[in-house]
Amino acid sequence: MSYQQKATSYWKKNIQYLIVLLIIWFLVSFGAGILFKEELDTIRIGGFKLGFWFAQQGAIYVFVILIFVYVRLMNRLDKKYGFETKDES
Amino acid sequence: MDIQTWTWILVGITFALYIGIAIWSRAGSTKEFYVAGGGVSPLANGLATAADWMSAASFISMAGLISFNGYDGSVYLMGWTGGYVLLALLLAPYLRKFGKFTVPDFIGDRYYSNVARLVAVVCALLVSFTYVAGQMRGVGLVFSRFLEVNINTGVMIGMIIVLFYAVLGGMKGITYTQVAQYCVLIFAFMVPAIFISIQMTNNPIPQLGFGGADEQGVYLLDKLDRLHRDLGFAEYTSGNKSMLDVFLITAALMVGTAGLPHVIVRFFTVKKVSDARKSAGWALLFIAILYTTAPAVAVFSRTNLIETVSNTPYDEAPDWFKNWETTGLIKFDDKNGDGKIQYLADKNTNELTVDRDIMVLANPEIANLPNWVIALVAAGGLAAALSTAAGLLLVISSSVSHDLIKKMIKPTITEKGELRAARISAVVAVCVAGYFGIHPPDFVAATVALAFGLAAASFFPAIILGIFSKRMNKEGAIAGMIVGILLMLFYMTKFKFDWFGGGTKEDWWFGISPEGFGTVAMIVNFTVAICVSRFTPKPPEEVQEIVENIRIPSGVGAAQNH
Repeated sequence: MSYQQKATSYWKKNIQYLIVLLIIWFLVSFGAGILFKEELDTIRIGGFKLGFWFAQQGAIYVFVILIFVYVRLMNRLDKKYGFETKDES
Repeated sequence: MDIQTWTWILVGITFALYIGIAIWSRAGSTKEFYVAGGGVSPLANGLATAADWMSAASFISMAGLISFNGYDGSVYLMGWTGGYVLLALLLAPYLRKFGKFTVPDFIGDRYYSNVARLVAVVCALLVSFTYVAGQMRGVGLVFSRFLEVNINTGVMIGMIIVLFYAVLGGMKGITYTQVAQYCVLIFAFMVPAIFISIQMTNNPIPQLGFGGADEQGVYLLDKLDRLHRDLGFAEYTSGNKSMLDVFLITAALMVGTAGLPHVIVRFFTVKKVSDARKSAGWALLFIAILYTTAPAVAVFSRTNLIETVSNTPYDEAPDWFKNWETTGLIKFDDKNGDGKIQYLADKNTNELTVDRDIMVLANPEIANLPNWVIALVAAGGLAAALSTAAGLLLVISSSVSHDLIKKMIKPTITEKGELRAARISAVVAVCVAGYFGIHPPDFVAATVALAFGLAAASFFPAIILGIFSKRMNKEGAIAGMIVGILLMLFYMTKFKFDWFGGGTKEDWWFGISPEGFGTVAMIVNFTVAICVSRFTPKPPEEVQEIVENIRIPSGVGAAQNH
């Protein structure tokens, strides 16, 4: 593959990851915490109503996980395409 | 020892620590002053970003805000954390690869135009100044409440400390002080939260205790919902705001977070692109520790407050009630003359007003915790306010010395001259911030929301399009930013300050609050930018190459060094 082709296919893959991760990002916060909050509130986990729990706890945990998943995916992708940066200084 | 002695000791120790770090890590070059030399480890940068981000408002006011708003308070929790996902995925790695010092740098170079740069500088200054005034005020408040000095003296002490380490150390000094400040503030927030969680639910982890039950086996949240119903408030877990408004406010806060220059610039300080991604993850993890504890603290203190004071005879009210009454933050007015405290939703019969800041500040007293814990909260509040103030001051000084002087007014300036200019602008910025801290304009509270709305309506679309659309040109970006900001300013000033004929809640467009309007202005910015760019010439070849280049972490023309 030429550099140009590699760059294009790397970028495409990156965009795919972004779309999937951002859909999850949207679903746990705007979805579970806001749009479907009422419905989810009928389900209870311990003292929490589920929709309320997502809005004040769950969404935040998922956000943290999402970023670390992205870090791993991209580090693997960088390696696969030979785009990782080595320590310079 | 009494509270005041403890407070002086803890505040003294932490201040000595900050100054010590500043002397050890003072900046010798503009690169060190602006981006800490670009060699900060991802973990340290994560800690510093967390401290930078969590301001006096997060530390002191947020739990109280949630406490009084229940479910509606979720907008802050999701909004101020969800933005980091956008930062990590859509902005930080590419801006790091671009490898410049400031946000206006990116806007100016990517859109090959000094007009774009100037618009970005104005936005950065506007956002940062509105934000920093609130921080200095926070410093003054903590001093006056815990150390019984005059508020203005408190602001002056805060100014001198910030001046010292921001001017001397630049970004390098700030970064390492912020690492220390994060440790202080998170310790100060968690200790009382854990104590109270054990007291109320027998569970040492507040995040779990929050969903736990009391001794009778009644779930805390159910108990609170019932108390709320009995007193006529909306159920704690349901809230008052419309779904549309909750949605839009959350979105505006998320996007605003991702567009705030003092947050973005932190990602310029790490060594490489993969470190920028990683440090965004660390930052959010450290932020999440406080942000998942705050709603638990909110529920504990709300339940405690209602159970202790509601229908209690005034003469039997606990000591902390009287203590805080003298500061004016708790007010009791015995309207029906029965000598008891009636705390009700109905404004006409309610006899108790409680300032929201008390929920964190008085929590240790309400829960009868030892004096050193109360003093710790003061030190934590100061750490939160000072770290954010320092980060903002750096953005202000680099916007002036780098973007205005070096890039626009006098490109021939020497490295030494630029460093001097950066220090002088930091001094001026501290003085202006201090002035606003001492003479706070009435609109400070309103302008914090404005800062997020402005960041969302201006920077965010311009940066995103600059990375993800090669076709985006200067005409589109400038038009989008200007229309976005003006629309946001118009809506805020109309409904917050009564300009342009003013208006009340009933006049809001589609029932959208000014806080949520940032989302609308952002969408308008995107739309205008995309439409205008389709009718104007493509950006030049070399700019399209820049875009291709920032998308790849390494490779040809890697911008590793500044």
